[in-house]
Amino acid sequence: MVKSEEELGWKDLEVGCAVSDAGNASQYKTGDWRSLRPIWDKTKCIRCGVCYIFCPDMAIQKTEEGYFEADLYYCKGCGICAQECITGCITMVEEEE
Amino acid sequence: MGERVGIEVSLAAAEAVKMANADVIAAYPITPQTHIVEHLSELVNDGELDAEFIPVESEHSAMSVCCGSSAVGARTFTCTSSQGMALMNEIIFCAASMRFPIVMILANRSLNGPLSIWNDHSDVMSIRDCGWIQVFTENGQEVFDHVMFAFRVAENPSVSLPVIVNLDGFVLTHVIEPIEFWNQETVKKYLPDFKPVNQLHPDNPITLGAFGMPGVFTETKKAQDEALIKSKPEILKAWEEMGNLVGRHYKPVETYKAEEAETVFLTMGSFGETVSVAVDELRAQGKPVGQIKLRLWRPFPFEEFREAVRGHKRIIVLDRALSYGGPGGPVASEVRAALYQEENMPAITNFLCGLAGRDVTAKDYIAMYEQTEQMAQGKVKQEDYIIYGVRE
Repeated sequence: MVKSEEELGWKDLEVGCAVSDAGNASQYKTGDWRSLRPIWDKTKCIRCGVCYIFCPDMAIQKTEEGYFEADLYYCKGCGICAQECITGCITMVEEEE
Repeated sequence: MGERVGIEVSLAAAEAVKMANADVIAAYPITPQTHIVEHLSELVNDGELDAEFIPVESEHSAMSVCCGSSAVGARTFTCTSSQGMALMNEIIFCAASMRFPIVMILANRSLNGPLSIWNDHSDVMSIRDCGWIQVFTENGQEVFDHVMFAFRVAENPSVSLPVIVNLDGFVLTHVIEPIEFWNQETVKKYLPDFKPVNQLHPDNPITLGAFGMPGVFTETKKAQDEALIKSKPEILKAWEEMGNLVGRHYKPVETYKAEEAETVFLTMGSFGETVSVAVDELRAQGKPVGQIKLRLWRPFPFEEFREAVRGHKRIIVLDRALSYGGPGGPVASEVRAALYQEENMPAITNFLCGLAGRDVTAKDYIAMYEQTEQMAQGKVKQEDYIIYGVRE
């Protein structure tokens, strides 16, 4: 685990700000961009996985029962999952502090 | 010692790039840089230089190709002027922040408009803060030597920064001069193989050019500033070693007849030699006049510059670009800033001259000296800057 950007001093940076540590984009929290959150209605969900396929941030994960939920560390609340859902089981709700 | 040949400066510059054994050349022809690029494409086509010559569709692409080729570890060269440089602008800044050791010859030409193909320094001054190492040359020999110097400094792993070698368009690019070529052995001694600090390679994936969030951007800029400042000792070393090998000794700030001079001219580039002629004439008349030449523009050699001007009463700063609505020419601004905290700061007069190739002769410099004397004696008003010879 590399230092978070708040901990990095200028001497910690690699030459030309190269990033030699592969895969560290996963540390980047995009969840705090969100103003709307997707919620699933399990009574309508047919577990087809369309939401999982369409999510541009790979922020939807499968639960043990085969349903889907958003990983709120990454979910930006774009609403593409709700738009694409075949049965209309996903609703975007306002984030409340 | 190499062979001394009579050759056009542009061709000599291309031959120097060949002797430095560049791997990739990506460039788009533009006056007055054209002969350099044309000759390099001939050398590659004729099999004299084993390099990829990439004939790009624009200068923006030229600099983009250079970034890519430098990233994979190829010794990379490009060359441009004026509008071409302006089209490259976006990527010029990327090359420095990503620390790609690209070498660029900038055949200085005025920026439009009106459309002009002739020589001044408005192109390079518009990218003053681009983060590249920037040097100026005064004649063809200096151009040849500084191609070697540029590769040597840029690729030094403790520097890893791009370098611009400035030479005046036409005044240098299109003149035939006697130039002492280095022999290949000397080049080999001076210029080690290029080993990039970071290399794009499938065996060791890394990310170059990632975005920087507000939380880290300031730190990236501090690191870049430090890198440029700290390149200076390596620059000095590269000049010193060149001096030992070929007997020509370059410095960040050079002087000519500056001892006991009350007034010194400050020059950059090819005008320096004409000013030296004017200094000779003024000295013959018993006037205490000398000359300071600024070779290294970035990183600015504060220490050497302050040392060089110490004890002089007046500096005549020659600028070859305007800062419209600003405090004078860009060189004068820098000089004033560099000396602001100094005790006994010399008086500075600033002449803008030689815009878009207008001739400035030794006689003109003598006239500037006389005008400066009159300002010093209070006979005419001391102006912040004077556009020399402009017609009312």
